[in-house]
Amino acid sequence: MSASITLGGRLRPAPGTILRGLLLAGLALLALLPVLNRLPPDAALYVSDFVVAVSGKWICYAILALAIDLAWGYAGILSLGHGAFFALGGYAIGMHLMRLIGPRGVYGHPVLPDFMVFLGYTELPWYWQGFQFFPFAFAMALIVPGVLAGVLGWLAFRSRITGVYLSIITQAMTYALMLAFFRNDMGFGGNNGFTDFKELLGMPLNTAGARAALFYAALASLGASLLLCRHITKSKLGRVLVAVRDAESRVRFLGYDTTAVKLSVFVLSAMLAGLAGALYVPLIGIINPGEFSPGNSIEAVVWVAVGGRGTLVGALLGAFSVNAIKTWLTSFAPDLWLFVLGGLFVAVTLLLPRGIVGLLQKGPGR
Amino acid sequence: MTIRTPFSRRALLAAGAGALAMPALRPASAQSGPIKVGVLHSLSGTMAISETALRDTVLMMVEDANKKGGILGRKVEAVVVDPASNWPLFAEKARELLQVHKVDVTFGCWTSVSRKSVLPVFEELNGLLFYPVQYEGEEQSKNVFYTGAAPNQQAIPAVEYLMSEDGGAARRIALLGTDYVYPRTTNRILRAFLNSKGISDADIMEEYTPFGHSDWQGIVSRVKRFAGEGKKTAIVSTINGDANVPFYRELGNQGIKAEDIPSVAFSVGEEELAGIDAKPLVGHLAAWNYFMSVDSPVNTEFKAMWSAYIKNPKRVTNDPMEATYTGFKMWSQAVAKAGSTSVDAVRTAMYGQKVATPSGYEEQMFENHHLSKPVMIGEIMENGQFNVVWKTSSAIPAENWSPFIPENASRRKPT
Amino acid sequence: MWRVVLLLLVFALPVRAQGGFEAALPGLAGGFAQQAEAVERLGAIGDPRAVPILRALAEGRMQKRADGGLLIVEGGAVRDALTGAAAEAGEVVRINNRVRGALRGAFGRLQLLSPDPAERIAAAEGLFRSRSPENVSLLEDAVGRETDPAIRDRMTLALAASRLAAPEDVAKRQGIVVLGGTASAEARGLLLEARAANPALAAEIDAAVAAIDTRLQLKRVAETAFQGLSLGSILLLAALGLAVTFGVMGVINMAHGEMVMLGAYTTVLVQELCRGVPWLAPLSLPISVPAAFLVTAAVGVALERGLIRHLYGRPLETLLMTFGVGMILQQGVRLLFGAQNREVVSPSWMQGTLLLPGGIEVTQNRLWIILFSLVVLGLTVAAIRFSRFGLEMRAVVQNRRIAATMGIRTGRVDAMTFAFGSGIAGMAGVALSQIDNVSPNLGTGYIIDSFMVVVFGGVGSLAGTMIGALTLGVVNKMLEPWAGVVLAKIAVLVGIMLFIQRRPKGLFALKGRAAEQ
Repeated sequence: MSASITLGGRLRPAPGTILRGLLLAGLALLALLPVLNRLPPDAALYVSDFVVAVSGKWICYAILALAIDLAWGYAGILSLGHGAFFALGGYAIGMHLMRLIGPRGVYGHPVLPDFMVFLGYTELPWYWQGFQFFPFAFAMALIVPGVLAGVLGWLAFRSRITGVYLSIITQAMTYALMLAFFRNDMGFGGNNGFTDFKELLGMPLNTAGARAALFYAALASLGASLLLCRHITKSKLGRVLVAVRDAESRVRFLGYDTTAVKLSVFVLSAMLAGLAGALYVPLIGIINPGEFSPGNSIEAVVWVAVGGRGTLVGALLGAFSVNAIKTWLTSFAPDLWLFVLGGLFVAVTLLLPRGIVGLLQKGPGR
Repeated sequence: MTIRTPFSRRALLAAGAGALAMPALRPASAQSGPIKVGVLHSLSGTMAISETALRDTVLMMVEDANKKGGILGRKVEAVVVDPASNWPLFAEKARELLQVHKVDVTFGCWTSVSRKSVLPVFEELNGLLFYPVQYEGEEQSKNVFYTGAAPNQQAIPAVEYLMSEDGGAARRIALLGTDYVYPRTTNRILRAFLNSKGISDADIMEEYTPFGHSDWQGIVSRVKRFAGEGKKTAIVSTINGDANVPFYRELGNQGIKAEDIPSVAFSVGEEELAGIDAKPLVGHLAAWNYFMSVDSPVNTEFKAMWSAYIKNPKRVTNDPMEATYTGFKMWSQAVAKAGSTSVDAVRTAMYGQKVATPSGYEEQMFENHHLSKPVMIGEIMENGQFNVVWKTSSAIPAENWSPFIPENASRRKPT
Repeated sequence: MWRVVLLLLVFALPVRAQGGFEAALPGLAGGFAQQAEAVERLGAIGDPRAVPILRALAEGRMQKRADGGLLIVEGGAVRDALTGAAAEAGEVVRINNRVRGALRGAFGRLQLLSPDPAERIAAAEGLFRSRSPENVSLLEDAVGRETDPAIRDRMTLALAASRLAAPEDVAKRQGIVVLGGTASAEARGLLLEARAANPALAAEIDAAVAAIDTRLQLKRVAETAFQGLSLGSILLLAALGLAVTFGVMGVINMAHGEMVMLGAYTTVLVQELCRGVPWLAPLSLPISVPAAFLVTAAVGVALERGLIRHLYGRPLETLLMTFGVGMILQQGVRLLFGAQNREVVSPSWMQGTLLLPGGIEVTQNRLWIILFSLVVLGLTVAAIRFSRFGLEMRAVVQNRRIAATMGIRTGRVDAMTFAFGSGIAGMAGVALSQIDNVSPNLGTGYIIDSFMVVVFGGVGSLAGTMIGALTLGVVNKMLEPWAGVVLAKIAVLVGIMLFIQRRPKGLFALKGRAAEQ
């Protein structure tokens, strides 16, 4: 607990005007990308499909970062398993996309996805029922992560498992899920996961139009999530959260049900991560158990740390900047990018405890 | 308590701003200027162990092409990216190669999932991918040329050999694999094949392990018990590269000799054996379409080229490297024939293209986008190389849609 | 059909054997089937001149001239196999498993009476597997002469197997009785094979198989326990360093796996350095242990003094930072040593199996690792309990300020403690190099398991770490046969998660002031 107190120098640094301006400009710029994509390729402002696709992915990552920031930055719950919630949301939509392929699969089976056909399934497993309907699948993308987080959180918070122990348990959870989803017997396509999607909501994927639509859906979701998180953190609940983060016992002695407070924010955070995953999969065109790998979850936490935790803008900044660096360096310096990225993680935690946001705000925190 | 930050903030701000600046994207190239070859192999993460050698092979071929004056008189330029063993990143990098770097052809992927991840991108943008690794089949795309083996070019001949008098006349088979689609599909095909040869399900053991599995004690002792039923037993291993070293160690330590329970592997080559002491493994088998020990003039040339390029006498060649070599040669020939690097022209020119390969055979690209290949069975020797004990008399065409998968009857015809 | 042919062949052998030693030789350079036949004939003839020739064939030192004449390579010189005259090099003669099997049988016949006990054991093994009735009288003779009881036991088994293949029912019955007294899956296989050919003996064979099955059952339990202990000892080794850095210091080192990996690479380096010096080469593994400790401890000191010390009291930040350090170390090793696996040779005393009473087989390398893990644990406990450094370390853990006022240089103790934990991880790497891949990814596979062991056992308790690791190993191996490898592992993970809900402080909770942090 002493760990959190050191950070409580200022409870929540209010984003300065620079930051707010930066945020709005950034979102506006993002919103323009699909429009610029429609320009003729030799136009000066033309952006390629690649840029649209990659920024769409970053937007989804930004929602995931927001979710982590809400739990970690505000409630002090450092989950190293948010990748699992993200992946579960992705799998729910992935199941819907697989069902929509219908008889267009390689083997022309009316119901079964290709991987089930060649693995010798004769009928659809029961848990695949209902996913042919988009509203059901979308609801599941939020409910399944929410329920999982609810059960795990209830067990953990009730036993007052906090800090590092909670992190290790959530890490074990995502690791166990990864092993489970790698099994072909689970009926989720094993290591290959789901790919080769055809359409969503009557819209053929793999076209510039569909990408633009998905891009705007993700951007709108990001905006909505940002507003929701902002609303929560500004509300009374938000203040209690920060209090729980900084001195849980004291809050409990004051008569608050800290378990319920933490649980509700953890569940909400998991559902946001599920939403991010649900948006991510149709954009990227693949979901597989690799998304559950513990390294992915840690990386997502690092985005938040880099951006500056406890500030919603920071989560966005971190997600965008780290992923931009990664995209750039994996092509520009394929042998050395891990040094740069690893070095960045070290430098930020060591030198910039409040991340980029702390750097942009005038002067040190105190 | 205050947080100590021993370095100056201003210096950091400058460094951070530099690092965060969005990358400038390079201008596009067209049918003039250098020919661009994309290299899409993982250089970090779990697959780096296998894929870095393929990156080096492509770079070697590019260097060689340039030494010989380029292709169509144009210089060849490699664009290397690192998809970091991360499957969604494969799709992103594929799009980047095609749209940002405008590559004319891409050599890449190892695992099936990475190929499945990039496939929609290559199809949407009409790119060209050469995939150099043996796989489970059940796929065919007009944008991919498969230069590794299909199951009929590797798995089935290997099992036939085990059941032959020379291979030990096995009548009981343990199918051990890593739990992913290649072993699952291959074993399904093999089971159907074994059943057709009169081996009942009671004489087949099938077991799967996770990736990178390192504790084989239990499974190896179960195989020993499985072998104690009075019939000659053999192991067919579709264990993925990395898990093979501990598996073989356990086989050796539990005293399973190849003379008693031979094992044949489909994913173990010279590269994997370089990581272990091969003495206890002498006699265990692998089935491939090329071995480094093959005695052919093209192979001599290939090996000399490799050791000159990599400048390390210890580095070996293996089957996927040979498939990369063959793919590159074939692509260069097709470009020369088409007189252009345009994907559609090259695709048409690829059909019927023939290359004398290091395997010592002439291989041909068929319209099913797969190569004809010889099948070879090699026994592990003490030095980690393979002694070819059986091979087909000619290169055999690929059946990428296996006749042993009944659902293939109702399959849609590829477009 | 082929069985009949084989049977005929077997009976035809002695007749053709009279064709003589020279006549059999050319077959050795023929096709695999011809080779196998020639080897069997040479074995049946029993001419001792065949031994060096067959050995050369087995060891890949045989060549053939263009005219089919056989050559043997010895010490770099090529000689004619028969005359011993120096000759030009020819084409290498290769063999396959079938020939190798025949060779084993032939060596069995030729060397059963050899003065070298190792050769006699190998011969008995070979004859057990070739199980030909031809060998019955030979084996009876050998069993009578043998003085070493262990070798005599093997010969008796080989005799039983050969008798089982004999045409007379009396001999078969004798064989069945002996084989039924073993706990060997191979003997069981022989009996079942014989059962198909001898319906008249079915009842006796079934009884013998049932007797073996009972023993196999016991053996299976013992072996599962051993496998569990082995897995547990590996978990213990991997987790012990973490138990020090995390349990004692509260530092979450996500680069712990990379420390293990560095230890394994040190083993590779030491081995390569020792390779040039003949008398050092067999000692390379024992030398690696302290070397790995020093190397990783040095890296640990650098890490602690350079980075971690700035983050004390902020365990979550340490976690993220060391994750970055892990990425850098991994890629650094990858660029320095290559992404490929590196070869680590196992010394001969770590290869093969050890036969315990009751037919229980344990693999030597795992046995050594179990012992090694216990030694490392003992040293760790001793260092913490009985050394000056351990005393200071405990003092700092219990109350940093008071320890400082007593004149303990707490910063130095922190560095030493972290170095100590990292050094243990390095020693774990030496052991892991014997069973796993030595590649840059080596450590990633162990990090989560190590954390789970430490948390399960109780943070800060070395006894808890040991009992936790061994429990998890044994439970995992007990679940494996019926749940499969993956489900067993998942079950263990979920089990630990639920256990921690019940006992958040693990099996052995620390009590007192230190526990309150």
